[in-house]
Amino acid sequence: MLDPVNYTIWLAVLLVEIFSLVCLLRKKAFSKHFTLVFYLCACVATDIGSYTIIHTSGYESDAYFYFYFYSQSLLTICLYFVLMNLYTHVFSEMGVGKYIRACALLILAGTAGISYYLVAISFNRMVTHFVAELGQNLYFVGVVLTYLLWGAMAKLRENRTRLLQLVLSMGVYVSLSAGSYAMNNLYPNHIFWQYYFPVTSMWLPLSWAYTFVKVPADAQLATARVLAPNQ
Amino acid sequence: MIAGLIFVVSSLTLLQFFVSYSRSIITESRGHTLSEQARELCGIRSSLLAGEQFGRLNQLMALCPEANDDGFKVKVVGIYFHLLGFARTFIGWAIPSADTWIETERGGCAYVAAVVLDRRIAHNRMMVANLASH
Repeated sequence: MLDPVNYTIWLAVLLVEIFSLVCLLRKKAFSKHFTLVFYLCACVATDIGSYTIIHTSGYESDAYFYFYFYSQSLLTICLYFVLMNLYTHVFSEMGVGKYIRACALLILAGTAGISYYLVAISFNRMVTHFVAELGQNLYFVGVVLTYLLWGAMAKLRENRTRLLQLVLSMGVYVSLSAGSYAMNNLYPNHIFWQYYFPVTSMWLPLSWAYTFVKVPADAQLATARVLAPNQ
Repeated sequence: MIAGLIFVVSSLTLLQFFVSYSRSIITESRGHTLSEQARELCGIRSSLLAGEQFGRLNQLMALCPEANDDGFKVKVVGIYFHLLGFARTFIGWAIPSADTWIETERGGCAYVAAVVLDRRIAHNRMMVANLASH
């Protein structure tokens, strides 16, 4: 069973994700930003699934342990689809969508392969360690890809405020997650992590809800004003 | 070794993305002109606010609730404001020229708080006017 703190965090995360999903659907983001809606649906399904498993098998059970790590890996892969969507929007005028998708899938497969290799040579193919290593590496590749996208946006003088804030909030989330996973790898089994990861997972749904509700679709903002100080 | 390296690089990119995100919120708010009523009520005289006013504006915001809230924006800018305060304490003595930039940024945070407060005041005035008309 969940303790009161865990239960409160679980409920808060679920409510924030549902709230964000409703905001996105009300602002008609389904067709233009399908991957964002898909990611939020996957988050909601994961939360409900984890609650069900905790109730049936218990918080300390192997079933929950495996479910948690594998669902987190799948959510990270969903996050790649969100990133691909953002790339497609930024480079929409160049018509390079299919190349971006192919590239992202290659990087995804490569990261999974390297993570598996690193674990295979050092830990006798321990599956759970592979998943933790994969999480860290996938988020780090996410950091690199988001950084490249942000650099391209600055170079192309991208000025759509919504897109700008979506990319920056994604950058914050993947950097935070990559750093946290790295620390988790260095100091595993600490009770802090079971509260920390769910709390940080609220960042993306909250920032997306803010962007879609408060920033008009046609709002524009010069990237240079965000990059260069005091212009 | 790899985990340590990933942690360091991720911390640096986190800082950069968070600063840019906060600056995008501040820049977006700069487009809003504060109303005379809000200026009068808050005691704001010029368009450039001092960083010290952020705390007082936050207190005023707490007194002026609104249903359709900008809470997320205020929280993000609040974190950025405290981060700048931290930077001023630990970097200011080493790079004195950074102090001016930090103060301008803190003023930007205060401006965001003033814009949110302005919207709340306008919303509450409208509510009072609606109640009075009934």
